[in-house]
Amino acid sequence: MFGKLTLESVPFHEPIIMVTIAVVALLGFAVVAALTYYRQWGYLWSEWLTSVDHKKIGVMYILVALIMLVRGFADAIMMRAQLAMAQGSEQGFLPPEHYDQIFTAHGVIMIIFMAMPFMVGLMNIAVPLQIGARDVAFPFLNSLSFWLFAAGAILVNISLGVGEFARTGWVAYPPLAELGYSPGVGVDYYIWALQLSGLGTLLTGVNFLVTVFKMRTPGMTLMKMPIFTWACTFTNILIVASFPILTATLGLLTLDRYLDMHFFTNELGGNAMMYINLFWAWGHPEVYILILPAFGIFSEVISTFSGKKLFGYTSMVWASGAITLLGFVVWLHHFFTMGSGANVNAFFGVATMIISVPTGVKLFSWLFTMFRGRVRFTTPVLWTLGFMVTFTIGGMTGVLLAVPGADYVLHNSLFLIAHFHNTIIGGAVFGYLAGFTFWFPKAFGFKLDERLGKGAFWCWITGFFVAFMPLYVLGFMGMTRRLNHYDNPMWQPYLIVAFCGAALIFCGILFQIAQLIVSFKNREQLRDLTGDPWGGRTLEWSTSSPPPFYNFAELPTVHNIDAFYDMKEKGTAYQRPASYSPIHMPKNTAAGVVIGLLGAVFGFAMVWHIWWLAGLSFLGMIATFIVRSYNQDVDYYVQPDEIERIENQHHARFEAHGQALNTTSFAEQV
Amino acid sequence: MSTDVMSSHHAAGHDHEHDHDSGGNTVFGFWLYLMTDCVLFACVFATYAVLVNHTAGGPSGKEIFELPYVLGETFLLLISSCTYGFSMLAAHRGSKSQALGWLAATFLLGAGFIGMEINEFHHLIVEGFGPDRSAFLSSFFTLVGMHGLHVTAGLVWMLVLMAQIKTRGLTPQNNTRLMCLSLFWHFLDIVWICVFTIVYLMGVAA
Repeated sequence: MFGKLTLESVPFHEPIIMVTIAVVALLGFAVVAALTYYRQWGYLWSEWLTSVDHKKIGVMYILVALIMLVRGFADAIMMRAQLAMAQGSEQGFLPPEHYDQIFTAHGVIMIIFMAMPFMVGLMNIAVPLQIGARDVAFPFLNSLSFWLFAAGAILVNISLGVGEFARTGWVAYPPLAELGYSPGVGVDYYIWALQLSGLGTLLTGVNFLVTVFKMRTPGMTLMKMPIFTWACTFTNILIVASFPILTATLGLLTLDRYLDMHFFTNELGGNAMMYINLFWAWGHPEVYILILPAFGIFSEVISTFSGKKLFGYTSMVWASGAITLLGFVVWLHHFFTMGSGANVNAFFGVATMIISVPTGVKLFSWLFTMFRGRVRFTTPVLWTLGFMVTFTIGGMTGVLLAVPGADYVLHNSLFLIAHFHNTIIGGAVFGYLAGFTFWFPKAFGFKLDERLGKGAFWCWITGFFVAFMPLYVLGFMGMTRRLNHYDNPMWQPYLIVAFCGAALIFCGILFQIAQLIVSFKNREQLRDLTGDPWGGRTLEWSTSSPPPFYNFAELPTVHNIDAFYDMKEKGTAYQRPASYSPIHMPKNTAAGVVIGLLGAVFGFAMVWHIWWLAGLSFLGMIATFIVRSYNQDVDYYVQPDEIERIENQHHARFEAHGQALNTTSFAEQV
Repeated sequence: MSTDVMSSHHAAGHDHEHDHDSGGNTVFGFWLYLMTDCVLFACVFATYAVLVNHTAGGPSGKEIFELPYVLGETFLLLISSCTYGFSMLAAHRGSKSQALGWLAATFLLGAGFIGMEINEFHHLIVEGFGPDRSAFLSSFFTLVGMHGLHVTAGLVWMLVLMAQIKTRGLTPQNNTRLMCLSLFWHFLDIVWICVFTIVYLMGVAA
């Protein structure tokens, strides 16, 4: 009846897990109680869960990302604490089987369930606004993408309390990930969580490519698109070209585990190395999927706060294109030690080093953008400057690892761990946090507290260096990754320092939580009445904050790369049309959330071999989709009088704020 | 491209032709999806190519493939592409009953293809040459089976679409869906030609 699922599947004997579950249950109960007490279930359902508004979907993505950031960080600080103490006779507090799950969960969560949704969330909020569109090409599909991703996130979190998570590392290499060596349900949770959220990501990629190619506002040619939109477009190209590889790879591993096939097994002709190749043929483009949008954010931030147009827009676009292309021909550098031969290794080593060229082009473009600009040192700028220093170091250690000979020494050592945290935290995460601060007023209508934001930045960046620089040293000293215990007293001081770094990052996270609370409390003082809190240059700043659900009452016409700046210069910004025409908008739908949640049930049933439930939920997903295809009442027109009412409100607030309608006063005021 | 966008937006002012989820966007989006499906198949083809000689003491393709049988399957699928084309032509003429008739013919041919494939798989498994026998057979069953699953999904889609055309007629929405399914169906045909060549013909020749 319940497959492999029994009461023993719940790890009652693990105090750490049980306390965590108790806290989560308590928080969950509090949220449910509050929603019920304040009668907000209807609001939550009709305004958020069933919403097809790209801005709200973006907010939901980022909310999940922030929650998962905290979860992933909890894993990280547990590992650092374990390693700070587990030397010699001291065993620390995490037994190997638990520690292995923690480092696997940390990797999976941070990449798939923190970085990806953070990136997709920012893309959802900003891209349609930047290209002057009213929504994405397929709003229902967008909601479905989010809920498929959410289903994956739900599965990962369920694995904490019911059963176990994979003990294989986030790459789940066979033969370790095969049934013979991982007989538990951990790898199955891994497979279905990634499969569901990967499908969501793939649909997002298709959706946003159509949006960007087909729905730009009049006058916006491809080479007049905002640079963040360009970065996201390249990311989406990478997504549609690489995520199917992940789907296929996980599918083959599934067949090995569920139907006794032999793709990656040791026996009967399987080839485990093929998994590693396939995994990284997705995995390396994935790295660029994460970093390119961050590059786009830095470009927007540095140009806005330097009060200058971006230096070398065209070469920035081409550099992103080059990175996109090269991102597909370097995957083998993740396993030089497999021994593919000197020529093969040399090719991939050289290709890897070449990627640093377009990346260097970008770095110099940012520097030249600041050159002779009047840089305002706001929080997003601090993140950007911190990135430039940190990422450059990470990039250089990357080039070092790209030398196959050096890689043979450093492969799987903590040097590698330091390197990729150097690029992912110092690159992607700093970028998303910059973007978060930058677009927060656009999404919510008020700015974030600057003082606390700067506190968070300084804790994060010092914490980062204190935590990861010792890891470079430890790598040279021969410490390998994924150890939960060691017998070398020489390592311990460095690991204690690294723990202190993690504690500093924890302070940074506390600052960020405080920043959200304080900013919400002071939202009236921090209110953005103009829609343009930073003296922005692109179209998202031309509409109110938060934007009306239809984004633009009238589609703007674009003549310049910095379209909104151009309008402010020419005095054509904020002009109101004589009359409004009806706007065509999609209606909310419950199909996305229903299919997503059924997907979570399906994944859970597959993990535990509850076949009847798996079949039922799968049929339910298809049936919901078919029912949805019968629904023709999927859109409506917003009438001019409603548009006029909403626009009047915005302009009244705008006038009350006493802003003159020209740019210079904005810039000076900020 | 930008002129397309501009003209469509100028049109928007007059007849409120909406700017999302219109037919052109859907077909373009579906094209993109097909390209991702293409990558998916490419992965499994590559896997097959790596594992084709890993027979682990089990049979090789030459010993188990029955070329005339598979040729029959192939013709069913190829003819179904033709009949789908006729259905599209009928739809363009606005002839609902003919479009439905050709769709029904396509469905039967597709179902025949799937039936033959299941029969082939059944035979192999009964003889002890199932997907768990060797890496070669794993990749064979997966590649051919994945194509079969796609065709099956196409058949389900075809049924639903036939019901929708029957009740609602050849509306713009149904025509867009007919177009997408057409792309899907022909795409699966092309994939099958690759399967037939790389798996069966080259397997028997080897």
